[in-house]
Amino acid sequence: MSAMQIVFILIAAATLGAAAMVVIARNMVHSALWLVATLFGVAVFYAILNAGFLAVAQVVIYIGAIAILMIFAIMLTRKVTGDMGPGLNPNWMWAALISAVMFGGIAWMLSSWQGFSSPLAALGSRDDSLQQLGMALVSPDYYVIPFEVASVLLLAALIGAIMVAWERK
Amino acid sequence: MVPLSWYLIFSAALFCIGLFGVLARRNAVAILMGVELMLNAVNVNLVAFWRYRTPDQIAGQAFAVIVFAVAAAEVAVGLALIISIYRRRNTVVADEIDLLKF
Repeated sequence: MSAMQIVFILIAAATLGAAAMVVIARNMVHSALWLVATLFGVAVFYAILNAGFLAVAQVVIYIGAIAILMIFAIMLTRKVTGDMGPGLNPNWMWAALISAVMFGGIAWMLSSWQGFSSPLAALGSRDDSLQQLGMALVSPDYYVIPFEVASVLLLAALIGAIMVAWERK
Repeated sequence: MVPLSWYLIFSAALFCIGLFGVLARRNAVAILMGVELMLNAVNVNLVAFWRYRTPDQIAGQAFAVIVFAVAAAEVAVGLALIISIYRRRNTVVADEIDLLKF
């Protein structure tokens, strides 16, 4: 087992453990902090996969913006007496069963795919994937339309969020 | 060297943990957190497929960037809805939010 595999297993175990804590922690603030740990583990995976820009974007957008927004929402919606009741609903056994079956199904389906254990492809000579990504996002031959639609979606979500959360006097 | 299958299994596990969170949590904010976990699992898959199968094309990373934008939009609107519901009903438990109009 190579060093890379050991590193992978350690990071994967930490990330999945943190993800499990996100869904079972009773205190919502703890849950949000475990979410930050999970997102950071995923950012490490992006870095290992040579997607440096996505790793940085993961830290800035997910941890810096989304997780903080979650913590704000938790603080704004807490009861004065603190969190009460169990964190999970009474049907959590069924949810666990569905998740386990889903995982088994995905693993079985993937293992029957012939590309399942593809080796690492060599990066091309043009291995500056950040420049390639930037060009692809604004080039009319590639993804400029999804990019612009995403910006319109973000604007609409921004205005919609303000409208929905506006406190009418 | 880590084969592609490890990433796929990791991402499947992360997705299923997120699915469990969505199905089993009572707090609506926690349900949104489960959705975030699922979106992250999808992103890991996209980037792993890009790196292992088509590193000369950038489609996987471009898709992941779009997923980032959609996740940010989703969480902004979702949290605004939750805060608005909390103001009117004084609860964020998904079981108790069962009226179309209040």
